[in-house]
Amino acid sequence: MHISEGVLSAPVLGAGAVLTFAGLAIGLKRMDYEKLPEVAVLSSVFFVASLIHVPIGPSTAHLILNGLCGVLLGWMAFPAIFVGLALQGVLFEFGGITTLGVNTFNMAFPAVIMGFICRYFIKSPRLAVRVISEFVAGAGAILLSGLLVAVCLVVALGESMDSAAKLVVLAHIPVMIIEGLITVFVVEFILKVQPEML
Amino acid sequence: MDMEEFASGKSWVHNLDPRVKIVVTLVFSVVVALNNHIEMTAISLILPAFLLVCARLDFGKVTERLAIVNTFVLFLWLFLPFSAPGETVYSIGPLTIQREGIYQAFLITLKSNSIILMALALLGTSQIFTLVHAMSHLWVPDKLVHLFFFCFRYIHVINDEYHRLSNAMKMRGFKPKTNIRTYRAYSYLVGMLLIRSFNRSKRILQAMRCRGFKGKFYILHHYEMKRYDYAVGSSSLAFTILLMVAK
Repeated sequence: MHISEGVLSAPVLGAGAVLTFAGLAIGLKRMDYEKLPEVAVLSSVFFVASLIHVPIGPSTAHLILNGLCGVLLGWMAFPAIFVGLALQGVLFEFGGITTLGVNTFNMAFPAVIMGFICRYFIKSPRLAVRVISEFVAGAGAILLSGLLVAVCLVVALGESMDSAAKLVVLAHIPVMIIEGLITVFVVEFILKVQPEML
Repeated sequence: MDMEEFASGKSWVHNLDPRVKIVVTLVFSVVVALNNHIEMTAISLILPAFLLVCARLDFGKVTERLAIVNTFVLFLWLFLPFSAPGETVYSIGPLTIQREGIYQAFLITLKSNSIILMALALLGTSQIFTLVHAMSHLWVPDKLVHLFFFCFRYIHVINDEYHRLSNAMKMRGFKPKTNIRTYRAYSYLVGMLLIRSFNRSKRILQAMRCRGFKGKFYILHHYEMKRYDYAVGSSSLAFTILLMVAK
């Protein structure tokens, strides 16, 4: 969920900007020129994937896949997500300039965390271990992102946002399950077709 | 898919130096986002509105964009007026509408729209590649600039590939529903896109090596600030600073 411009307070915006700056610095340092085309093109894939709408009951949700991004790119998920969000901001006015820091952190930090936790287990020869860790990577990243968005709203707008924050987290639950499933299938597919990618 | 639908017009706003556009939008957005005065925010709308009119953008399309973006603001309207602590204006059953909450929601709506219109008027009227080029002159690290460049370059290629795969699925009678089968089909679609792109990136790297890439793009065309770039840039910044000081 993108937080739009003008909603958050200065401390939240500032904290988001500083944390994203740090994440970007680490991510860019790890990304040498050998790796640059790969990160860029995968970032384009995540951009295009965010335009894909999958059905959930009577409604649809667009894919986010930040967990998968973290599994594939590690710290480099920060620059990849930053670029994607900045382009969405300029092209579709989703998010924006002042909120770019907060929105990037809300999406990329869960990606990096889940990538670290799950990357080791994804190489396991046992199917059950793999499936569980892939699901946790996909679903966990969305859960963490939802929680971060909720925290931002409550910190910026006060206790009046309590119920809205709860709703944000609740609304993320169906998305969480779907993203978890999709991450399982995608990673298993990559392991079958081109395992050296992971 | 034309993602840069506002970038192709002809007006002095379109022709402004992209560096001026980025700096002005950035300063304006930060100032508006951090102020807490309804009057100032309302006045701030003058600048983006003026630029939008001068850029002669399609009014209908601009409203369409605004409507989509305002869904988040609408979501806040559902909560803010009812739960902020403060003076009660009106009560319906258990719900009370608070003056404080309405004020806050109204302020957010104005701020949000003012910043979005500014971005639309200035950044929306430039090609992405122009903006990326401008960023390289504004102390953005080279690697990040190259990332933007490659990412946007390949979004179109990958989007085409996505449509090809998705058409192939449709021809085979795929109908998305809420079930595991649908999610698996979409996952394989995304997986295929990832794998093809990964292999494509290897070919891009090889092509870059063949051309002796050393971490630098040589740019032949450089921007030159013209008199009206200085004029528009400095008057917009002056307006923004006035907003900040006037409160």
